[in-house]
Amino acid sequence: MLAPEQLADATGSGALAAAPAPRFRVSPAGVLIPTVSVAASLGLWELISRTNTISQHDLPAMSTSFSALWTLVQTGAFWTAFARTVRGWALGLAIATALAVPIGIVLGSFDLAGRAFRVPIEFLRPIPSAVLIPVLFLTLGTNLKSEVFLATFCAFWPLLVQTMYGVRDVDPLALDTGRSFGLSALERLTRITLPSCVPYIATGVRISSTVSLILAFTAELFMGIPGLGQKVNFASSFGQTDQVFAYAIAVGFLGLAIHLLFSALERRALRWHPSQRRGTS
Amino acid sequence: MASRLAGGDAAVSILEIKDLGKTYGTGVRATHAVGRVTFDVAEREFVCVVGPSGCGKTTLLKAIAGLLEPSRGEVLLNGKRVTDPPPEMALVFQEYGRSLMPWTSVRNNVLLPLRHKKLDRPARARLVEEAVEAVGLTRFLDHYPWQLSGGMQQRVAIARALAYQPAILLMDEPFASVDAQTRGDLEDLVLRVREQFGITIVFVTHDIDESVYIADRVIVLTHSPTEVKEIVAVPLPQPRDQIATKALPEFVDLRGHVQRLIRVERVPVAVE
Amino acid sequence: MTRRRALGLALEILVPVLILIAWQLWTAHAHTFKFPRLSTILVDFRHEYLFAKFGSDVIPSLERIFAGFGIATVAGVALGVPLGMSTTLRRFAIPHVEYWRAMPPPALLPISIILLHSIQNRQKIAFIAFFCLFPVLLNTMDAVRAIDPTLIDTARSYRVPWHQRILRLVLPSALPQIIAGMRNSLALAVIMMVLSEYWSSSSGVGYQLLISKNTFQFGPMWAAIILIGLLGYLLNVLFVLFEHRVLAWHRGWRAATPQ
Repeated sequence: MLAPEQLADATGSGALAAAPAPRFRVSPAGVLIPTVSVAASLGLWELISRTNTISQHDLPAMSTSFSALWTLVQTGAFWTAFARTVRGWALGLAIATALAVPIGIVLGSFDLAGRAFRVPIEFLRPIPSAVLIPVLFLTLGTNLKSEVFLATFCAFWPLLVQTMYGVRDVDPLALDTGRSFGLSALERLTRITLPSCVPYIATGVRISSTVSLILAFTAELFMGIPGLGQKVNFASSFGQTDQVFAYAIAVGFLGLAIHLLFSALERRALRWHPSQRRGTS
Repeated sequence: MASRLAGGDAAVSILEIKDLGKTYGTGVRATHAVGRVTFDVAEREFVCVVGPSGCGKTTLLKAIAGLLEPSRGEVLLNGKRVTDPPPEMALVFQEYGRSLMPWTSVRNNVLLPLRHKKLDRPARARLVEEAVEAVGLTRFLDHYPWQLSGGMQQRVAIARALAYQPAILLMDEPFASVDAQTRGDLEDLVLRVREQFGITIVFVTHDIDESVYIADRVIVLTHSPTEVKEIVAVPLPQPRDQIATKALPEFVDLRGHVQRLIRVERVPVAVE
Repeated sequence: MTRRRALGLALEILVPVLILIAWQLWTAHAHTFKFPRLSTILVDFRHEYLFAKFGSDVIPSLERIFAGFGIATVAGVALGVPLGMSTTLRRFAIPHVEYWRAMPPPALLPISIILLHSIQNRQKIAFIAFFCLFPVLLNTMDAVRAIDPTLIDTARSYRVPWHQRILRLVLPSALPQIIAGMRNSLALAVIMMVLSEYWSSSSGVGYQLLISKNTFQFGPMWAAIILIGLLGYLLNVLFVLFEHRVLAWHRGWRAATPQ
């Protein structure tokens, strides 16, 4: 079996490679302070560029960038690109999940399988996704297939590792109890192992959702595949700095939305897990 | 050894707890962790606090230690009000595993509270070595705490408190997480340490036998809202012995008395 | 050694070897110039990177990785500790932290070039450092928040002053999680380095990757890919060794203490 240290994180304690976004606390301070913070930062941005502390040529004012964004948002072309990026992201995440969860369960359950593939996994996992870009240029070409391949390939690994870890972390006592009640191997898998893995898989999906977006966007940016990344590429080539900023803001919000959504899902899945419970000691 | 007086009023009161109370929350949903507790502790006295489960003993001790702000009343140390943890007090927790630092040696653990005291390095080293020797762990100075057994880890925590040279040692059910045989050794250790270092001890426990065995006086608490039900003097001869003292008829009487006091107080609690 | 363990070890060695052999056989058979034979690639690798282009490309890339990673680690811990300790500060920082950690880094590549007026080291290091900040920052924040309250009570009851509390209690206690964050951050640094060099650079392994592709030199291109893969792998191995030493106490403690 892969040792915990080799899988998720050093503590070996759990799967939470950086926690999900926290729950939105509806207390006066909990709402007020973040709002003030955002407003203050935006104000600071406006100030810095308007006073030419950083030239407006380099840093378009906050108002300029947002109004450029507003203009874009009203064009069909923007939303087409947006939809394309979301499509690439969704396909990448879906395929990665469909592959990583079953494979992860197999590799996590069977000691020898896990050991056999340990070295390839450890070698492939840290491969910077960027090196695949030239390979994809040569093979699949500059189209959706490359984008989905890149997104899938990179989103696959965190999910695989999390699933394996989840399987490994199943309480052996629970499995023994199941065995003593005469549950078959398949029943043990579906009734004990899988439910126990759900929190880990949820964490993996949350991490992979972000990774998939990053790679979908990367493919578009570097390979000129239609989507928001391609738009940034064009805007940058044509020196339309305010559009570059506008698209960056838009992508940021897309990323934030995905992150918050999957964090919420993850928190729901994790509710019963001991790592989430506050001890009563 | 002279036996201690029940009220402790002839000796100097080093610690005075007056009408101490702690309530969490307000109105109907308020939890009275501690109701109204009053007692004094004389210098060099060994006072045990016992009570039914859930009667706020830990909260009481933390308030005395200055870790919690009381909702009512006050704690006076040598006449001065306690608001923050005072330098004359040291606290030993029940969960030794969580109060010792697992990333460093026993020596460095005991050294921690001394680092900010105005002492030079040899003086600190000496205090550490003396404290560790007093608890009998000199051989393990350079071990990690988790390499030691539970009882030994608690001794490290006690050594840390001793090195700090407090006037008062507060102990919160320190031996509850330790096996019964080790507990006896640790009880005797604490008694020895009190004699050797001349410190005052306030010891919270739920173990009635333990309380009567080690204490000069036992403070019996009521159930929530907590008050002092009775203060029982324990004029058993010193030095105490696990076998001889516990065979004395006086011990049996006192133990039965305390047990009866507590049994009346035990209210059936809903299983959570 | 038991039979099972021997079998496991054999598989561990055998499977990678089989994969490499399969690669060689497939590329030899396929006869396409886009996928040169593995043996050819390895020759090109030796030719280019041992040690012709080592100084001109590998070293700059490594410099960028280490500088970016180093800055990110220091900043991540320095920011993470106060954010972990103060609820108010955390509320202030939360919208920014959550926004930037979810942002796809490449979106900021053109912007980083515009803002910093350069495609040289400072732009790359700034870019790498910025995004590598977040794994460390988040992990530090979480770890500091989750410090055992008993430890805090101990520090308070012994009147340990705040700077000693941070140095001797907070940081060591948070260290396992910080190191987990550093590990993610290091992997991220490699990726960010390659991306930033591939986008715009005049040196570095990512640059070599781009150049060889654009000049249709596929042998050197694959050699660059292998090099980058090796780099990522070796850095990870080195980090694991480092982690192993630094957290030896943690493993012992976890093994000895029922959680």
